[in-house]
Amino acid sequence: MSATPADGAPLLEVADLCTYYGRIQALHGVSLSVPSGSLVALVGANGAGKTTLLRTISGVNRASSGAIVFDGRDITRTRSDLRVRSGISQVPEGRQMFGPMSVEDNLRLGAYTRPAAQAQRSIERMYAMFPVLEARRMQPAGTLSGGQQQMLAIGRALMSQPRLLLLDEPSMGLAPQLVAEIFAAIVALAKEGVTILLVEQNAHAALSIADFGYVLETGKTVMSGSGRDLLADERVKQAYLGM
Amino acid sequence: MLSQTLQYLFSGLTNGAIYALSALGFSLIYNASGVINFAQGEFIMLGGVAAVLLTSAGVPLPLAILLAVLMVAVVGLLLEKFAIEPAGDADVVSLIIITIGASIFLQGVAQVVFGKGQRALAPFTGDAPIVIAGASLLPQSLWMIGTGAVIVLVLAWFFGRTRLGKAMLATAHNRLAARLVGINTRHVLALSFVISAALGAIAGVVSAPITLTSYDVGIMVGLKGFVAATLGGLGSGVGAVVGGLILGLMEALAAGYISSAYKDAVPFALIILILFFMPRGLFGARVTERV
Repeated sequence: MSATPADGAPLLEVADLCTYYGRIQALHGVSLSVPSGSLVALVGANGAGKTTLLRTISGVNRASSGAIVFDGRDITRTRSDLRVRSGISQVPEGRQMFGPMSVEDNLRLGAYTRPAAQAQRSIERMYAMFPVLEARRMQPAGTLSGGQQQMLAIGRALMSQPRLLLLDEPSMGLAPQLVAEIFAAIVALAKEGVTILLVEQNAHAALSIADFGYVLETGKTVMSGSGRDLLADERVKQAYLGM
Repeated sequence: MLSQTLQYLFSGLTNGAIYALSALGFSLIYNASGVINFAQGEFIMLGGVAAVLLTSAGVPLPLAILLAVLMVAVVGLLLEKFAIEPAGDADVVSLIIITIGASIFLQGVAQVVFGKGQRALAPFTGDAPIVIAGASLLPQSLWMIGTGAVIVLVLAWFFGRTRLGKAMLATAHNRLAARLVGINTRHVLALSFVISAALGAIAGVVSAPITLTSYDVGIMVGLKGFVAATLGGLGSGVGAVVGGLILGLMEALAAGYISSAYKDAVPFALIILILFFMPRGLFGARVTERV
């Protein structure tokens, strides 16, 4: 099954992207498209290249060939900090807190690319979204629980007011109830109009909330379709849903 | 007896202030890059040497100090731009070796320009010792200790209160996350070289009237700064200051009560003990993160 998302102009367009991780080729020509305002899920097994793809889109890994077009501009060779300024923000795998720094400092650093005066209002918004963070605003981020750290990682990424949010394995290592909470927050963000590219090993959860999905295998996109179609697909069921 | 001990303490604090500034320079660059910058001592040497050359060319002392610090800060920037940055993603050991090369290069240039002799800078405010409880203290010692204290306060404000300072700290804590929030970590690295170089130059300038300066003073004071940084815990600002002061005091007490011949042996005996028994130093990074 192969399809392209129908509605909306693409905010992000990845074409035939190849990336090396050291000497190992991690991406073998990935192509995908994320329409403006949509929630696109990217599922695949461990080592399929999901994290590498997100890191290449956010610019912390270099692309060796192919193209990344964001909002009509080719950003394949653009520095990562300039990509954040243009509206791409990534929630990295494993949360990646500034551990010894306070929750509030972590959030404030998320707004590093914006004028300092605007950061405060955004911090209030994040506290409204994740009240537990406000209760712990002066605590070192490294002492939060896994679920709280994930909320902080999402909050920090939103502080730059991204137009495209890249989420890398937000459910990893979390208890089922917390996974539900995090996914509810992601759905709420999508409803607010944030364009989201969600990478997950938890294929069922991701495809259930996605408008559109891609399946990545050994560095290539092998399948694509609407979230519902992929969930119903026999091969996806067998390989990723354990059915 | 008391006055003698007090005398050793004065001398220890004076040298300790310089070791602390040197150690802060090591920690800053270590935090930004994981690299031990063995050219740190040369920044100290260049600061003193440049100030001496400028004053002997007729530049008034305050202006000479300012120019010397600015010039060395530029040297720090050039070192990062032309020696560290082109190495790209080379591993830390290669970068450390580059800094050793830079250190030898800077010494060579200083030797050609400055000659092999030792020269002193004029004391900032005279050289009539102040006598406190029988111990005498040179006004220049007060300059050294006072300058050290002011710089520590300025750095505490910079890293604790300003956006740029916090961005530098954040880069030290998690470089990937720093890049993902839009911090240009290359700029952070360049800035850490500039600040370290300026710190070194300031230390070199304020100490030049007492310790004299020559093209090769950087080696010893640099290594002692490294010992101080390791003692305090590499990467810790508080540790650098505490480590520097402890090292200065230990040296002065050893020189006073044992023999001044052993003064320079103290740091090197100390570093062996530290590396064996407390490799993280007094304030080294504690693991607080949950996985």
